Amino acid sequence: MGRRMKVGFLAALAVALIVVAAAGASLTGKHATTTLVFGASADPVILDGPLVSDGESLRPISLIFQGLVSLKPGTTTIVPQLATSWTTSKNGLVWTFNLRNGVKFQDGTAFNAKAVCFNFNRWYNFPGPLQTDAVTYYWNTVFGGFAHPATGSPGPDKSLYRSCKAVGSSKAVITLTRKSGGFLGALALSVFGMASPAALVKYQADAGTVTADGVFQPTGTFGTQHPIGTGPYMFKSWKIGDKLVLVKNPTYWGKASDPPWSRAAKIDQIIFVPIPDNAARLQALQTGEIQGYDNVAPQDIATVRSNSGLKIVNRPPFNVAYVGINQNDPPFDKLAVRQALAYGLDRASVVNAFYAGRGQTTNQFLPPQLFGYAKSGVPDFPYNPTKAKQLLQSAGLTLPVKIDFWYPTNVSRPYMPDPSRNFQAFQASLENSGFKVVPHSAPWRPDYLATVQGGGAQVFLLGWTGDWGDPSNFLNVHFGSQTDQFGFNNPSLFALLKKADAETDLEKRTALYQQASVAVMKFLPVVPYVHSTPALAFKSNVKGFIASPVGLDPFWLATVS
Amino acid sequence: MLRFIVRRLLLLVPILLGLSILIFLWIRALPGGPAQSLLGERATPQAVEQIRHQLGLDKPIYEQYWAYLRTTASGNLGISIASRRPVTTEIRERFPATIELTVAAMIFALSIGLPLGFFAAKRHGSAFDHLSLVGSLIGISIPIFFLAIILKYIFSVRLGWLPSVGRQDVLIDAEHPTGFYVLDGIVTGNWNAAWDAVKHLILPAIALGSIPLAIIARITRASALDVQNEDYVRTARAKGLSPGIVDRRHVMRNALLPVATIIGLQVGLLLGGAVLTETVFAIPGMGSWLAQAIFNRDYPVIQGGVLFLAIVFVFVNLIVDLSYGLLNPRIRVS
Repeated sequence: MGRRMKVGFLAALAVALIVVAAAGASLTGKHATTTLVFGASADPVILDGPLVSDGESLRPISLIFQGLVSLKPGTTTIVPQLATSWTTSKNGLVWTFNLRNGVKFQDGTAFNAKAVCFNFNRWYNFPGPLQTDAVTYYWNTVFGGFAHPATGSPGPDKSLYRSCKAVGSSKAVITLTRKSGGFLGALALSVFGMASPAALVKYQADAGTVTADGVFQPTGTFGTQHPIGTGPYMFKSWKIGDKLVLVKNPTYWGKASDPPWSRAAKIDQIIFVPIPDNAARLQALQTGEIQGYDNVAPQDIATVRSNSGLKIVNRPPFNVAYVGINQNDPPFDKLAVRQALAYGLDRASVVNAFYAGRGQTTNQFLPPQLFGYAKSGVPDFPYNPTKAKQLLQSAGLTLPVKIDFWYPTNVSRPYMPDPSRNFQAFQASLENSGFKVVPHSAPWRPDYLATVQGGGAQVFLLGWTGDWGDPSNFLNVHFGSQTDQFGFNNPSLFALLKKADAETDLEKRTALYQQASVAVMKFLPVVPYVHSTPALAFKSNVKGFIASPVGLDPFWLATVS
Repeated sequence: MLRFIVRRLLLLVPILLGLSILIFLWIRALPGGPAQSLLGERATPQAVEQIRHQLGLDKPIYEQYWAYLRTTASGNLGISIASRRPVTTEIRERFPATIELTVAAMIFALSIGLPLGFFAAKRHGSAFDHLSLVGSLIGISIPIFFLAIILKYIFSVRLGWLPSVGRQDVLIDAEHPTGFYVLDGIVTGNWNAAWDAVKHLILPAIALGSIPLAIIARITRASALDVQNEDYVRTARAKGLSPGIVDRRHVMRNALLPVATIIGLQVGLLLGGAVLTETVFAIPGMGSWLAQAIFNRDYPVIQGGVLFLAIVFVFVNLIVDLSYGLLNPRIRVS
């Protein structure tokens, strides 16, 4: 028995090894040349633009659906898409969009002014359960109100949108309730892509029930099985946890001679595979199971670069990391103390040490690519411990001044790859500058964010990635009104930002936002310290991929050789 | 026997009730809520309040629990706040992946662990015995995620023999009537798909099965050592039975009793606890789903998922208890 068992055991091992070796033999050269397998960090929530705000949903949505306007690839410059041109009335309230002729949705429905109004009215008339930020964040943020508000939801009085009128088939007239310069830029968001009205009705896009838990459960299949737009790619199949397959739209309206943002797709098929773990995505890229992925961890960039079969594609920086200050919490209600904090933060050292050459030290909140970025007049706060101490003493404080400094754990953000290291460096420089730092940490989601957003953190690390190419998405979102997070009430700053947002003339708008950017830094509700460059990784045979600063990546321009 | 089964099933009711209260209170005691999880940096206090109101989280806790209990009693585990899909649907789609992985891990653990332990007992005190002891210690001590990363690096990245993520090559167009990918390939006659699913299981099964393997080997060895010195084994040998028959009929069968208990416990643990393996290998199973739900404060998923796993755990243990009678007729479960 003993010998037989031994022999059996060895035989089992041998069989296992043969199985492994045989398995490996068939693993090479498996991908068709016209397929791009892209590693996503999660499944999309649903493929219905206005009902999502997460990047993994918006990526495929931006390939299936198109908006009236789009962005020039790799920039935040607004370009025509389904609208070929537009005009604004003198009072800035009436926007007339001239629509592209001959465009059809992927189900054969004609794209026309009626379809545009159908979409706008659908969003404006979303039922109660869809009116929270958890579902319609972007409509809430950009348009601010619903026709039939549920309890607690904003109504028509808060809405930027008033009405949409189809004039003939190729002219859509959208009327706003107030002037908004950011309106056009926001329309480039893929959440405001045009969906086929016929499909929305047929597949009951807004049908659903509310459970006893209060959660809205969609019962229609538009967003899960029949998302139909006008884009260069169309939906083929989706199995949650497994893969989402998009294929080239054979009836796409764009031609090779069209500008890049309107061209037809070159790759036949794109497959999005959910791989939540960052290290697993890198290994899948190395093995060839995927051919690209987003948000490469900074520590993995060198690994990718050292492999001749892989490459890094930079996403233009469109974010900001900052040290936030809650002015409700003394002594930060005093400007001198906030200035002392700014002088006490060794921002340049943090950026040089922890951003692997992919960070740009900044003295203002707006990223430099965005109009409104102030070229001059921005107060600078270079690291100066002596000046920090002087300012604290001039504010009548005894050194060291004790502060509660919060930082998140269990998270890596594009603008803050390793928060604990940033914190430790800032702690050291602040303690050298007359402060006594009391550290506080919490897991990023939801603990840390709940504390910070609820006004429970005196000084904290946070950041922001822009959603669309307009300064209002940076400045107005953060400093346009009183919040628990920052705890200040500055009517003149609020008024300036409101005026800037309402301005539709780009030149004047730019000047106003430059003024606002300077005003923010003089008032110092935050100390911004870096704009970082996120990275995507690809197999080197993927060519022509242009990363968008706001994540509207034009996959249709890429090729796989 | 039937009375025993019924009694065990009835015991499920208070267990699940107690568990539901614990889980319900525990997740609500955690700081933050679904709104911050869903919106991240974009959550405003107004949005948080609105979402809390919509989800009924601003109601008294007993009202929330009563509503939850009523819904659950009707077999509805609710809708995931994050994915907006029914929890039961998600369980139906994810549980097969976890079962498949668990079965593969147990096949690996049993096929190596049982003979290893038995052989070590037979060669008690030999170099092989010592080697197996050291191997078992390493198997128990090595963190799963570390082993997983090493395995992937060697067999996927360096050698290119095995896939590193997922359950099947994304370019394979396969039907999945049952959700068990290997079985699906077989029943649909798509052998390529079945074989590919097997390949995707090899590394995760080794990573996940390493700890059960070590435990099974150790228990088998200890149990076999005890049994092989029993009087009835000596009698069997004295009767002139061949060593193979003595080992199979008298030693192994009796030695397997404690091993069966361990197998049951391990299966229960693997079904709910393959979080790291599922995450590292991007397998859409129950473990990674529940871990993500805890981060997301996805209350219906946590409540529903944990209840479901508790039921599974109880059933697995019931099966183990019943298997005692089959392994050893002397044991009467009644």
